[in-house]
Amino acid sequence: MQAFLQQVVSGIASGGIFASLALALVLIYNAMGLVNFAQGEMAMLATFIAFTLIDHGISYWIAFPVTLVVAFAGGILVQRIVIRPVERAPILTLVIVTLGLATLVNGVAGFIFGYVPRSFPSPFSVQTVNLLGAFVSYRDLGVIGVSAVVLLLIYLLLQRTTIGLTMRAAAHHPEASRLLGVHVSWMLALGWGLASAVGAVSGIMVAPILLLEPNMMQTIIIYAFAAAVLGGIESPLGAVIGGLIVGVTVNLAGAYLPFVGGDLQLAVALAIIIAVLVIKPNGLFGRPSVRRV
Amino acid sequence: MLQRIRTAPPRYWLVVVAILFFAGWPTVISSFQAGQWALALILAIAIMGLNILVGYSGQLSLGHGAFMAFGAYASAILAHRYKMDYLATIPIAGLLTGMVGFLFGVPALRLSALYLALATFALAVVMPSLIKRPFGLTGGVQGISLPPVVVPQFAKDGFTMLTGSAMTSDQWVYYVTFAYALVLFWLAWNLVRHRAGRAMRAIRDGEVAAAASGINIAGYKTLAFGISALYAGIAGSLLGLATGYISPDTFPVSLSIQLLVGAVVGGLASIPGPLLGGIFAYFLPIESNQWVPTQTWIPSQIVATVVKAGPAVTYGVVLILLMIFAPNGIVGLANAGYTRLRRRLRGAADRESGHMPPDPQTV
Repeated sequence: MQAFLQQVVSGIASGGIFASLALALVLIYNAMGLVNFAQGEMAMLATFIAFTLIDHGISYWIAFPVTLVVAFAGGILVQRIVIRPVERAPILTLVIVTLGLATLVNGVAGFIFGYVPRSFPSPFSVQTVNLLGAFVSYRDLGVIGVSAVVLLLIYLLLQRTTIGLTMRAAAHHPEASRLLGVHVSWMLALGWGLASAVGAVSGIMVAPILLLEPNMMQTIIIYAFAAAVLGGIESPLGAVIGGLIVGVTVNLAGAYLPFVGGDLQLAVALAIIIAVLVIKPNGLFGRPSVRRV
Repeated sequence: MLQRIRTAPPRYWLVVVAILFFAGWPTVISSFQAGQWALALILAIAIMGLNILVGYSGQLSLGHGAFMAFGAYASAILAHRYKMDYLATIPIAGLLTGMVGFLFGVPALRLSALYLALATFALAVVMPSLIKRPFGLTGGVQGISLPPVVVPQFAKDGFTMLTGSAMTSDQWVYYVTFAYALVLFWLAWNLVRHRAGRAMRAIRDGEVAAAASGINIAGYKTLAFGISALYAGIAGSLLGLATGYISPDTFPVSLSIQLLVGAVVGGLASIPGPLLGGIFAYFLPIESNQWVPTQTWIPSQIVATVVKAGPAVTYGVVLILLMIFAPNGIVGLANAGYTRLRRRLRGAADRESGHMPPDPQTV
């Protein structure tokens, strides 16, 4: 029972990481109906920026917000330079562009930082604390806490501020918003910036657990896909809950299904994606889409 | 007959020139280079399959490397465990992969283009670890070594008669690949110009309108998936023949991306596109790997990094720029250039003879 609880808690911790990245995916999906295949790679690059800052002796708690600001600006820049020219292109074109972006960012990171895995510092120790009978590391608790704060902030921004309202309006009814004086294109850019910053959080959280190298996010993005699809790809709340479910499921499957073990956990994520898409394509919290033809 | 030859449109001549070129090319280049060109043709076959799916039927697959892996392992297991002749396993592997693709196409029916891209991408990422698991069958991480290629006597005799030198196994593999490429490109050419191809394009351009015209949407979409996987399976099987060894790491995610780059660079929804794309996607990393270490201005410590990261950076930039500026790839650019050239030439001739050129708006 105790071992089970421990697996659940560490599943929640990785679930928080998946949830952040999934939330980033949802933000961009909501803004322009597109899954950003480069989200993980952008997060990886941001993590490298944080690594460089910390490596130069800057304290973790300064490097963290600085990285988020840089990631935010980077996201806006990417939207302005790469995405805007193809904004109205068919979805096929957009997906290929984000995939090209993923390849490019991965290559650039390898180019600048090399492919040697580096250990990334964590402000939380790996010492454990007894929590209701389960031994939980401070690092897992820290990851859960940071993820929760970020998700709460995004929720407040989207639901309780004017700028959040404008962003949602621009995403849902671009024409009507434009008539009301909303800069729709800039709202999309803002969405990209926000997504990039949220993704960066997941990168910084996951880097101490995995080692930091250009391909670090390649598996995490698949878990985030699974989380976003499970939650219904347009629902921020769904992404969070989907992330937690995926994290716990994958962890428990790895621990208790001998067939899965450590190396087929990713296949569990694939199975979740396909099962959701086939059985309930709108996910847990998505609305069924109606299309006028 | 003569009349038909004289009035054949220029693209038929291009086809003849291309076939003669690829048939004669290995007699000019070295045996090693023939092996490289065989690999480029293998990529071209897989890209043709991807092109049928993405370009003609409008479904996006980012996981064609996984289908190549399936084909390669099907062949390798048949040849290694059941001692079949490797050449005989190639069509079997193709058909098996086609069946798997057909089955994968059934759940794919319910998915929008975006979700399909997601699911196939996840498949490509997961495939290597899926292969490692059935250890007894696939050899796990170690992969499968295949028996060396034996050049049959008739090919040896023919090659010696033509060139005066003995045929190497690389050259034999090249000609096997060339034969498959020829047949598969010819089939694709016929497919896209006839009933099935028209139906696929109609579905791509407007699913509801196609359904209203009585096209069996589900049938043609899964058919496209199956045919596309068949191409990828044959390409994977040929890859095993060419390299003599396959392992899970032969089929990383980057292979699927390489295929997509090739399809986009050559030009989606075109027949010569995949050929050009395959050559580009294969030779770009090879050539840059050879070129970079010869550049003395690059410090030797970072040469290794440049060699490793260079293709990814180039692929990314090429994908983005092409999608923004030339979404129809090389073939699209060539077609546009040819049309403009003809218009210019016709305009010049018309000026000399005093005819008014036809108004492009009304023609």
